[in-house]
Amino acid sequence: MADYDKPLPHMTREAQEFWQGCKRHELLIQRCKDCSTYRHYQRPMCPNCGSWNAEWAEVSGKGKVYTYIVAHQPFHPTFVDDVPYAVVIVELEEGVRLVSNVVDCRPEDIYIGMPVEVVFDDVTEKVTLPRFRRA
Amino acid sequence: MSLKDKYAIAGVGYTPQGKLPDWTVRGLFLEASKNAIEDAGLTAKDIDGILVELCWTDPTTQCWSLQADLGIEHTGLCANYDSMGASAIAKVQLAAMAIDAGLCKAVLCAFVEKSATAPAIPYRASLGAGLAYGFFGAMPGIAMAAQAHMSKYGTTSRQLGEIAVTQRRHACLNPIAQMRTPITIEDHQNSRMIAAPLHLLDCCLVSDGGRALVVTSAERAKSLRHPPVYIIGMGQGHVILDLPERPDMLDCGAKRSGETAFRMAGVTHKDLDFLELYDATTYNIITQLEELGFCKRGEGGPFVEGWRLAIDGELPTNTSGGMLSEAYLQGWTGLIEVVRQLRGDCGERQVKDAKIGMVTNQGGFIGFHSTLILRR
Repeated sequence: MADYDKPLPHMTREAQEFWQGCKRHELLIQRCKDCSTYRHYQRPMCPNCGSWNAEWAEVSGKGKVYTYIVAHQPFHPTFVDDVPYAVVIVELEEGVRLVSNVVDCRPEDIYIGMPVEVVFDDVTEKVTLPRFRRA
Repeated sequence: MSLKDKYAIAGVGYTPQGKLPDWTVRGLFLEASKNAIEDAGLTAKDIDGILVELCWTDPTTQCWSLQADLGIEHTGLCANYDSMGASAIAKVQLAAMAIDAGLCKAVLCAFVEKSATAPAIPYRASLGAGLAYGFFGAMPGIAMAAQAHMSKYGTTSRQLGEIAVTQRRHACLNPIAQMRTPITIEDHQNSRMIAAPLHLLDCCLVSDGGRALVVTSAERAKSLRHPPVYIIGMGQGHVILDLPERPDMLDCGAKRSGETAFRMAGVTHKDLDFLELYDATTYNIITQLEELGFCKRGEGGPFVEGWRLAIDGELPTNTSGGMLSEAYLQGWTGLIEVVRQLRGDCGERQVKDAKIGMVTNQGGFIGFHSTLILRR
């Protein structure tokens, strides 16, 4: 843990609760208090109705692989030992999508539509990343 | 009301291209600008509008520093313009609009790229945590859309390979292209994977180099050095950039961009003699052919088969070799080439009787799009 050197997420003010939730191993997605539309990434205002009232809803963490790529080239020095690795876009049951990885799964076994569920990776003392495993 | 036929590209400027460790960004801006102004038969004193895109390896060279470096005391338009990879064409459009509004008479648009010799800089971060998961840059982003397309429609890597092979053929006819060794589809298939499903030969080059051009009124262009290349259609279309948030991940914005340009120009697909399509990857070509309406969505793969996009084919595309094989100069590779083709100036790679051409630019995770239609 002490020598985790990969880039950490850029934590904006709007995203504080998301990352705090991850640390507690809860997947929280922003939801408009007025029209109940989920949104991810976190934004100050609801793109659907324009409301500034938002809440954080704990979601099931279940979803499907929407699309993916397999990096064969380390685009960053800290990923040299990981290549080849897959990056996925997961579509959660709630309809929002996130970028992540699938753990314990070879890149060649990933497919579009693969059911996944969230797992939490405590990469540093302060930061926990949501990743996914086959469901 | 329409700007059709009223404005023209009167001059274009190149710099050397490839690996240029001894050239600075500032120097390349000046070289490209000087060459474009001279090509138009003008002097720097005639320029009263300046539009530049910042080069991220040296963002200190800006619109105002270029104005000073060129010794232009007054301009009526001076701005840094950022629609990412869609900027080049967007700047030409804005130049025409500014001249039309009476702000200026001759606009210099300039650009420099330094990706061959500058240290790799992580692509501007989108919102969200992509970096943490090893998701860096435009290439993997485009690959995400490519994978979705291939899975949904059965588009094959070999179809992408035809595009790569064709453009390399074109580059072999271009004395200044960076890559002049012919390749085969087998070479394409054997080239290493970058971000699957994209191979190395699906991806554009890295390059150092600069380009510039001058926009004037059509009337003025007629009295200048070269036959004018008239702007007849303009359009832009931009979708939600971040892939996870884009409702339709296969929408790259080209539909609105192309429709607006076709409408202004009063032409349709069959009137185009050739295309210069933004080609960060071979997949960009497929998605644009579909979204611009040359074929239906999902049919882009079969559409390009049979060497349709070759200079001697049905729909000559990326005649200089494009960013895949000539040089990675973002939206400028195609933009300058469309002018050269319409001037009849392309030697061995000249499209016969080229009268009307379309050029496109794309930006970000192929979410920004701009289109220009021009005629001789």
